[in-house]
Amino acid sequence: MSEMPSGLPVESPRAASTAAGWRIIYKRLKKNRAAIIGGYLILIFILIAIFGPFFTTYDPVRVDYSLKLLPPSSEHWFGTDHNGRDVFTRIIHGMSITLYIGFLSVFVGMLVGVPLGIFAGYYGKYLDTIIMRFIDILLAFPGILLAIALVSVLGGSINNVILAVGVFSVPGFARIVRGSTMAVSKLEYIDAVRALGASDFRIIFLHILPNIISPIIVQATIRIAIAILIASGLSFLGLGAQPPTPEWGAMLSQGRSYMFDHPHVALFPGLAIVTVVLAFNLFGDGLRDAFDPKTKA
Amino acid sequence: MAAKELLRVENLKKYYPIKGGFLGRTVNYVKAVDDISFTVNEGETVSLVGESGCGKSTAGRAILHLEKPTAGEITFEDVKLTSLTRDEIRKIRKDMQIVFQDPFASLNPRQTVAQVLEEAMYIQNIVPPEGKRERVLDLLDKVGLAPYQADRYPHEFSGGQRQRIGIARALSLNPKLIICDEAVSALDVSIRAQILNLLKNLQREFHLTYLFISHDLGVVRHISDRIIVMYLGRIMEIADKNSLFDAPRHPYTRALLSAIPVPRPGRKKERIRLEGDVPSAIDPPPGCRFHTRCPYVKDNCRTDVPELRPADNTGDSHLVACHYFEEI
Repeated sequence: MSEMPSGLPVESPRAASTAAGWRIIYKRLKKNRAAIIGGYLILIFILIAIFGPFFTTYDPVRVDYSLKLLPPSSEHWFGTDHNGRDVFTRIIHGMSITLYIGFLSVFVGMLVGVPLGIFAGYYGKYLDTIIMRFIDILLAFPGILLAIALVSVLGGSINNVILAVGVFSVPGFARIVRGSTMAVSKLEYIDAVRALGASDFRIIFLHILPNIISPIIVQATIRIAIAILIASGLSFLGLGAQPPTPEWGAMLSQGRSYMFDHPHVALFPGLAIVTVVLAFNLFGDGLRDAFDPKTKA
Repeated sequence: MAAKELLRVENLKKYYPIKGGFLGRTVNYVKAVDDISFTVNEGETVSLVGESGCGKSTAGRAILHLEKPTAGEITFEDVKLTSLTRDEIRKIRKDMQIVFQDPFASLNPRQTVAQVLEEAMYIQNIVPPEGKRERVLDLLDKVGLAPYQADRYPHEFSGGQRQRIGIARALSLNPKLIICDEAVSALDVSIRAQILNLLKNLQREFHLTYLFISHDLGVVRHISDRIIVMYLGRIMEIADKNSLFDAPRHPYTRALLSAIPVPRPGRKKERIRLEGDVPSAIDPPPGCRFHTRCPYVKDNCRTDVPELRPADNTGDSHLVACHYFEEI
């Protein structure tokens, strides 16, 4: 998981990366059945996150001990938990929390990691050394431990989890972006705009960034899966979302006590995490292969 | 020639440090360009020729300050470039442009032709926004592309067409000097001739000055007024095209010219074959750079660096860096 891919999928300058280029990538992606399944699953998850809560009939947080620990039935598809709450309803409501954490924490990681990587790769020399040694320190520190440390200092809440997982994603982005930036900056068209008198700012944001966008997208998709997994882990440890929030990791943790007699309480949130992470992983891998068929692992 | 001097390069050096060892200390330098001086007059075409790795491209890039020169002075229109700040250099780039070798790498794949050209005008702020489109079409017309091609992306063009776009980009700022860095080397022969003729026509029309960097002597002969021969980071000979091709004085130039194939079957031609390889630019030979391969080498060639001297009584128009060119 902490393995950073070192083969950098930089688009070759010849690869069309315009509207026509995206069509080619879509074509390649379409041939990859696993990626397509992942993509559709993600789409369904997003729809569920937005519209799901309107269709559920139970309250995700209201306690009713008369209904506690019921097995799955036609009334309660995934059964009920130790507080008599419908597990299916809670999973549907948890979807938006999970995706929110996944997307936002990766966005935080991108917001910090991408500029760091670009500056390191573009300016090189001392700035590169300073930034990359800082990134190395972040990398050397076990990611989950770092996240745990941050959350326990800042206090357990969803936003702090996002921050912690965001910090954890920074090195991945910084390294990928640095490598891609170095490759793109050596191309002649960058020299050409420099010869026209373009400022560094212009070169970086108008000429380098658009040409390294594909490795960033790939990295983001794969990172979302990791972020969701770590966020659930933090909630499982009681450091993330606090009860009664229907967060899957927290639900898993609560269901743990009833594992043997009432496995459905823990099983369904666990399956939900697995499905979402798998969907993002499949889609991310597919995207990587579609952007650069040569680096097929 | 009483032409006005446009570009003067004095004692230009470009060394690349080699980092190595613990903590990346500089252990040595690649002396890509080692003390070269020449001038380019307004309206002429000067060629820099030499084999791969002799520093001709580096010289071009250093003149444009795409790479900061290690030492030396570049004077463009009586302005010393090395004394300018970064911003001032950005402004002066309007007058000096470059056409690159690889037409597939020199255009941003995400910009249409019109965007490439408009960006150039925007950066230097030379055309009001409403006049840009018109000027784009005008430029395309000048380099032989059709108006409907303006909104296409680079991958929709052939190599020759892309090179025309590169030329249009250079022209878009109305520069005085264009450095053509192997501008036609990547093109096949028929396209190469078209592009060369295009460059010649544009030169007449816009009174351009070219510094033409090439390893192709046929191309150089076609386009140049004067030729500078480089070897291992130094200038070996500077001469007018005709005196260089008719009466080369430096042994290296002779060897180089003898390598041009003669398209006449049966005609025997003396081919000077040089022994060995080009020495490393990290540790170039002392004395004359060429002495390790020169068939006429004498003792002081190995120790004394030959300066450029006028050949015969030609004044300054034919300069040779050889101790013994009179005798060979």
